[in-house]
Amino acid sequence: MGAAIGGAVSALATSYFGSVLDWLGDGANWHGTEGVPHRFLEHIQISLVSLVIAVVISVPIGLFFGHLRKGGFVVVNIANLGRAIPSFSILLLAVLLWGIGNPPRVLTSIGIVSFPAFVALVALAIPPVLTNTYIGVSGVDDDVRDAARGMGMNDRQVLQSVELPLATPLIMAGIRTSGVAVVATATLLAYVGGGGLGRFIIDGAAIDYQDPRIFVGALFVALLSVITELSLAAAQRLVVPRALQRAEIDVARTPVPAPAVPL
Amino acid sequence: MLAAYDGHALVDWSWVADHGDEIVARLREHAVLLGWSMLLALLFAIPLALASLGRRRVYGIVLATTGILYTIPSLAAFSLLLPYTGQSRLTAIIPLAAYSLLILVRNIVTGLERVPTDVQDAATGLGYSRRRKLWQIDVPLALPTIVAGVRIAVVTTIGLISVSALIGQGGLGALMTSGFEKDFYTPLVVGVVLTVAFAIAADALLLGAQKLCTPWARRSVAR
Repeated sequence: MGAAIGGAVSALATSYFGSVLDWLGDGANWHGTEGVPHRFLEHIQISLVSLVIAVVISVPIGLFFGHLRKGGFVVVNIANLGRAIPSFSILLLAVLLWGIGNPPRVLTSIGIVSFPAFVALVALAIPPVLTNTYIGVSGVDDDVRDAARGMGMNDRQVLQSVELPLATPLIMAGIRTSGVAVVATATLLAYVGGGGLGRFIIDGAAIDYQDPRIFVGALFVALLSVITELSLAAAQRLVVPRALQRAEIDVARTPVPAPAVPL
Repeated sequence: MLAAYDGHALVDWSWVADHGDEIVARLREHAVLLGWSMLLALLFAIPLALASLGRRRVYGIVLATTGILYTIPSLAAFSLLLPYTGQSRLTAIIPLAAYSLLILVRNIVTGLERVPTDVQDAATGLGYSRRRKLWQIDVPLALPTIVAGVRIAVVTTIGLISVSALIGQGGLGALMTSGFEKDFYTPLVVGVVLTVAFAIAADALLLGAQKLCTPWARRSVAR
């Protein structure tokens, strides 16, 4: 009986992968605004815009409070709160309560059709960058700060030439975490009407669970996530001062910035 | 059917009263998915962590592999399993377990490695065998860190289960999607509130259990 079930499952899987290959082989699926390349582009644009906005908001705030070494309690708790509230429900709530909210043309042209959903995406990307920037700056050794002051540096110089470079491993780690999280959540954006690669999964699942687009979409999303992780890791190596590259190993083992929620 | 209820009140309590059975069933489903996926995750995480102890290279490979698993978005992971596991619970359980691996392995290894060397030496000096030292000295002392990892994994998993509603599982997530699709606030709000409450309760329960098991650790150890 076990063999019979196994046979049935593998027959099902074979015919399913046949339909997946057929779909991939159909040239029509590779052109136009609903084709694979355009969905890829949308996904990348949505993620990049959200991540950049999140970084622009959170890095200065983290630097400011980190330099003053104040507000750590609030910053860390924002991060923990972000972990307890599932992003999927934030997305659904935002859209249901505030509707589509007529996003400006700039946003609709890159596949963002719901302003509240976009705000939710940016909001989700903020905690890892903010926390890591704060911890990175406020964690700079007192002796190092004193030495910088002793050399006659003012606040701005200490922040710019001492604290910021020393904090880059953690800041970049935060951006990496957020980047991967944004790419993942952008997939869910399709459920609330947005574009991107999640479209394939959601449209396929709307027909039935044997629709080839589900697998195709999932495969591309997984691929894009891994590419994002690897390229942000490469960016991290480029940006982090060479003397601190080895410190990254210690950073990876510091317990404080727990990994963000996978989405 | 919906006409009887106020779709745009944040919570229409009459709907909640009428659907108590459904809400409880969804909550139970959420708990079942959580239980199985945590069990499966621990089943893999413990041997992986023990194999990584004191072996830097193995640990590196384990972290890299579980790290890549962690990168794959949950909706994609659920969808990739659909052709194999169809509409069974496994479609949700396998990816959920996979996500917990990174956190669990890392916290188990970190916890065990942080046991002070002099304590370990003392145990060895007292004639403890390696196995006995591991289970009677190292594991109890590492418990706060290990439980911290379990707590993160549990809270994360409770949130992620909701996403599997999009592929026909989902526990409380099914309430959220049905509310969203019908433009009816109440089920969505009930789903979200119960998910967050569930996460907080599970977290508090684990913390309490850990405090009971490690009465010597007055200050809770940070993750």
